[in-house]
Amino acid sequence: MTINMSEDFFQGYKGDALKTLRNYKCRVWGQAIVETTRGTFNGTILPRSENDDDQHIVMKIPTGYNIGINIATITAMKEIGYKKANYKIPEKEFPYTEGLPKVKLFGTGGTIASRLDYRTGAVIPAFSPGELYGAVPELADICNLETEKVFAVFSENMGPKQYISLAKAIGKEIENGVDGIVIGHGTDTLHHTGAALTFMVQNSPVPIILVGSQRSSDRPSSDAALNLMHAMTAAGHSDIAEVMVCMFGPTSDEYGLLHKGTRVRKMHSSYRSTFRTIGDTPIATISRQGTVPIHKNYKPRRKDRNVTILPYFSEQVTMLYYYPGMKPGTLDALVDAGYKGIIFVGTGLGHVNKELYPAIERAHKKGVHMYMTLQTIWGYVHMFVYDTGRDMMAKGIIPAGNMLPEVAWVKLSWVLAQTENSAEVKRMMLESINDEITEREPYNGYLVYQGGIPEVEGFIKKVHK
Amino acid sequence: MQKNSNNKKSNIQFDPFKNYQLSKENVGYVNRKDATQETYNEIGFMSGLEVHQQLLTTKKLFCNCPAGLYNDSEDYDAEVIRHMRPTLSELGEYDGTALMEFKTKKEIVYRLKHQTTCTYEVDDTPPFPINREALDIALKISRLSKLNIVGEVHITRKQYLDGSIPTGFQRTCILGVEGELQLKDKKIRLIQLSMEEDSCREISDVGHVRTFKTDRLGMPLIETVTYPDMLNPDEVKEVCDYIRFLNRSTGNVRTGMGAGRQDVNVSCTGGTRVEIKGVAHTKWIPELTHNECFRQWALLKIKEELNSRVGEPTDWEMSHKMLRFHSYNFKFDSIISAKKQLHKIVAVNLPNFKGILSHFMQPGKMFADDFSDRLKVIACLEKPNLQHSECFNPQISDNDWKEIRLKLNAGENDAQLVFWSPEADIQTALETIEERCQLAFTEVPNETRKSFEDGTTIFERVLPGADRMYPDTDSAPIPLENNYVEELGKNLPSDIIDRYHQLKKWNVPEDNYTFIFKKNLFPVMEKIIGELKINPRFLGSFLGQTLKYVEGHIKPAQKFNYEIIFKLFEFLKKNEITFELTKKMIPIVYEHPKMDFDSVLEQLKFKKISTEKILSHIPFLKQKFEETCRAQGKDNEVNWIMGELNHVAVGNIELSKLSKEVKQAI
Repeated sequence: MTINMSEDFFQGYKGDALKTLRNYKCRVWGQAIVETTRGTFNGTILPRSENDDDQHIVMKIPTGYNIGINIATITAMKEIGYKKANYKIPEKEFPYTEGLPKVKLFGTGGTIASRLDYRTGAVIPAFSPGELYGAVPELADICNLETEKVFAVFSENMGPKQYISLAKAIGKEIENGVDGIVIGHGTDTLHHTGAALTFMVQNSPVPIILVGSQRSSDRPSSDAALNLMHAMTAAGHSDIAEVMVCMFGPTSDEYGLLHKGTRVRKMHSSYRSTFRTIGDTPIATISRQGTVPIHKNYKPRRKDRNVTILPYFSEQVTMLYYYPGMKPGTLDALVDAGYKGIIFVGTGLGHVNKELYPAIERAHKKGVHMYMTLQTIWGYVHMFVYDTGRDMMAKGIIPAGNMLPEVAWVKLSWVLAQTENSAEVKRMMLESINDEITEREPYNGYLVYQGGIPEVEGFIKKVHK
Repeated sequence: MQKNSNNKKSNIQFDPFKNYQLSKENVGYVNRKDATQETYNEIGFMSGLEVHQQLLTTKKLFCNCPAGLYNDSEDYDAEVIRHMRPTLSELGEYDGTALMEFKTKKEIVYRLKHQTTCTYEVDDTPPFPINREALDIALKISRLSKLNIVGEVHITRKQYLDGSIPTGFQRTCILGVEGELQLKDKKIRLIQLSMEEDSCREISDVGHVRTFKTDRLGMPLIETVTYPDMLNPDEVKEVCDYIRFLNRSTGNVRTGMGAGRQDVNVSCTGGTRVEIKGVAHTKWIPELTHNECFRQWALLKIKEELNSRVGEPTDWEMSHKMLRFHSYNFKFDSIISAKKQLHKIVAVNLPNFKGILSHFMQPGKMFADDFSDRLKVIACLEKPNLQHSECFNPQISDNDWKEIRLKLNAGENDAQLVFWSPEADIQTALETIEERCQLAFTEVPNETRKSFEDGTTIFERVLPGADRMYPDTDSAPIPLENNYVEELGKNLPSDIIDRYHQLKKWNVPEDNYTFIFKKNLFPVMEKIIGELKINPRFLGSFLGQTLKYVEGHIKPAQKFNYEIIFKLFEFLKKNEITFELTKKMIPIVYEHPKMDFDSVLEQLKFKKISTEKILSHIPFLKQKFEETCRAQGKDNEVNWIMGELNHVAVGNIELSKLSKEVKQAI
């Protein structure tokens, strides 16, 4: 028997804990008897998360629970066996079914399918049609699935490079004749990617669905499986050929919502129903039975393959979230750092204080493209209402309508990678590609009800949250 | 392939009741009161406990919701729905229970109430740092249980797909392993003590919908697990009581309905560990464990019998046919209403199972009942969900059975089931029946069973294993430093066994001990005896008899704190009133804990009277006794005079002393 020396016997252990394991010749996955000043402990030594201290050794005791042992209490330790765990989602070949649509799933990381990562103690994505089929066999009744791992990054690490390669990969798949595209994605920046793909992949003949999960799929009540089924249904069967985010409607396991990539936002750090369409209604509801459009006008599915891929993204655009008393130096610093575009996130109807004016003027003179969006999230920028607004427009800040701040940042980045002509930039910014600025705000586009009020309580008692 | 048994004669003269009785004798079942240690040694009785105890904290374990507030099932503010899906354990395995629960495809409804539920309970917010108050209490109890305390607490997820926890797992953690309890004449070893979040309370479970409420969810709970060291049913109860008394001795645990519950593991020689869940009262334990052990023994008899009938168990195969309602003369309400709901009626032939279905299992339960219980749990078929060829009170006519046997091409040694089910559940139902039959050839199934007051149990779930554990990636490990653990070890209450010996030494009658331990009255006793020098035997009986009676019959206006008892004795001592008056005072004191003792005396119309004054009544009473025509005799005379003096004497003179005086005077 040869021992693979490259194998890490002490996964995650460092410092004193590592020394202790070495001293007693005990490996991770070794079964050990540990004598301590607190008594004897029996079990399998587990890897330790790199972020945890170097004073403890983790063990799985025979009843399946994990415990830690303080190395300072250890008086003796002996390895009596070795059994490495094989954490693997059972892989089964994804069956092909004649007559079902062909859907391509792009993996980018995130928690759609995941498994434990001892290095960080967090979960890492697992991903292949076989693994997905092993975990969610219902998918085979929805579509014929192909998958491709474009990259594996956590949501917060998604950025310009990833947007571009994703857009190109999507273009290629559409040309190859796929019936729908699903992108598995971490949820934190799902809406940024939704906006980026809306601008980069135009005139798609098929649905492009972004999906994630708020509870990792290693949990029994995860939303991953249902979200995935909804996304596959939307991609394979829906008539709406737009870039959309597909996530839970209510927090209950009932139905999902399809949101336009340009109007959606993550609104809660942990709720399942975190994604909400802002300033409009969602485009459709989605269940395993299919899509029910809420919007009457949408871009319908087509038979042709005439997609336009515009994979541009400037990294010289930033955002400035205004707060009362902000000093001009803040803005000056951004300009001096070479940023060519700045999205202001202003108060109320779109305001910043007068103290910033000289800095704004300076930025404008240097040719920086500046657009105003809102901290209120809902509503339009109205810079004509007060003098301050008019002042700012005169100094070069352009109101961006009801474009969401993140969407404005994505769009300006996309535009500035194509032109720096300020008139052209302005035209492109304010001309909607897919409702990033809407002409109307429907009165049911802003519904933030408050708990405690009798009629709202009546509603949440009757309708599943 | 094993075909239906050969003889095709009709089912002649089979008496299921006779068969049940005969098999009961064959198993050797005896009533518990007739059983001796030999009885249990013969079948190899073995039992262990998992004792759950809620801790007395103000908040829940992983969030800041208040603990200990409960609401009625119909009183809720919102509902949330979840479905559960099995996931891999840390070691990369699926758990058996998980797969079974997934088969049942339940929709789980949670009823939420604002005051007791936040986004954590419904799994829409990750856990907050662990409740330190709970950790302190649990560690104290771990120390009292002589456990090896871990160096670092790791929160683990324990998968539960029955919906009792909205996440699909319970956050739990080990605090100590390998402890021991010293009983009167035996040591019981402990496997471990864990602290965990309590689960939801079930409201209903009908068809494919199971409803829970979340008020109890997340309350801190500890679980003490013993080795299977108990060798008879009474011992199991004794150990369980001991653990509960130990927990209560800290004064930091909850009491009342549902605050303490236990799961009891039982096996017999050749049997399997079967877990009886949620036993609410320790007094139920002896009957439950007795019956469970014999149930397993009966299953082993069935296994023997089936293997002698069938060559290769793997060749055994059942068959089924759909029945057309109108081809039979069904009169059974459940079948008629199934028909109305467009459900299907399915007949199943079980080759060589004749006499097995009506085989004895538990008092009043036969083997076939297990099919019905499993169909309810796994295939979601509401009961009554079946009829079979060996029912005591058949609801299908002989004629219909004859037709059904013909349709199934059944042989003489076969048994038959008829069940009714929505079409979508038939496949699961058939698999469930087949699986149960296959298991009958090989083993006592590993399962958890639900307990009933009459000492019987029904199937609840397949027993989960270690495969359902998974590290909680949402929580960091919590180190337990030496000085912290040492500090908690100080000021621990004394051991229950030491208290037991002390009560013996005090000469307190043993029938008072249970109440004293149950209510954790030992500390207040110690204080009263130590500081007020009161006769322990009197005090023990006062608590174990008088106070117990009062608690059982009177509802206090405010929470009654046992410290009041010390105050009561202190008051009497100070005022030189004899302690016999406590028996008269305690009903009023208990009902009105805030009333001052002078007012209590007033209400009792108690007056201080000197001994001389009381004794001065004796000559008059003596005369009175002689005047009236009463049963003569010295004893009668003493008793009569004592009775007449009682209301003035109690509190003023010790009755034993008075009795002596009366006797002397006569």
